Amino acid sequence: MTIAPIVKSVTVAVPPERAFALFTGDIGRWWAPNMHIAPEPFTEVVIEPQAGGRWFERDAAGAECDWGKVLAWEPPGRLLLAWQLDAGFALDPDLITEVEVTFEPEGTGSRVTLTHRHLERFGPSAERIAGQLAGGWPGLVERFATYVQEEKDQ
Amino acid sequence: MLADPTRRAILERIGRAPAAVGEIASGLPVSRPAVSQHLKLLKEAGLVTETASGTRRIYRIDPRGLGAMRDWLDQFWQNSLDNFAAYADAQAKGEKQ
Repeated sequence: MTIAPIVKSVTVAVPPERAFALFTGDIGRWWAPNMHIAPEPFTEVVIEPQAGGRWFERDAAGAECDWGKVLAWEPPGRLLLAWQLDAGFALDPDLITEVEVTFEPEGTGSRVTLTHRHLERFGPSAERIAGQLAGGWPGLVERFATYVQEEKDQ
Repeated sequence: MLADPTRRAILERIGRAPAAVGEIASGLPVSRPAVSQHLKLLKEAGLVTETASGTRRIYRIDPRGLGAMRDWLDQFWQNSLDNFAAYADAQAKGEKQ
């Protein structure tokens, strides 16, 4: 079974070179601060600038928590990341879902398009977690609801 | 999908126990046809499955959980890209000044 990839697109007021640099180099500054997977909030999010590089968060005490890795580093047009967090937001080194981000010129700025694909690979962990929650996943729904509310409150 | 409070309430209701449309509607301040419409959307999103029990249709959360995961990620990436665009545009403004 395959499910449709998620595709999202925005335009930004900076050219692709700059957009690529901000997306990768400043991810810790624009990523929602409540979206951390370690017990403590992150002070930095790092995408190492090379294929094979790590993608991780780091907290104030220096503890690091991996999210995945860099599969392709092709500035200014394309970044390919492996999102390796399972449906329970735990790192699974055997799980690779792809997050591709492309940066194309549009007017004086750029169009940034993000595609998250191979989502069916979440299947086994989604099923396990659903099972642990006895046929439901109130945790996920609640976490989502909290997130939506926090976004609204900002 | 889950940003809708009625749909969240429906999921929470059938997350506790599978139920028929009438049972779901009786616990919510919305009409039975409205619940049916929400259930239809939830089913299409892979969040809910239905089974026949005699003449009734029983709704339960899709145990595969994939629909929930995809739905959550969809909203998550939308918010993340919006955050990025706001940040990049603020940088562009700052650099012009």
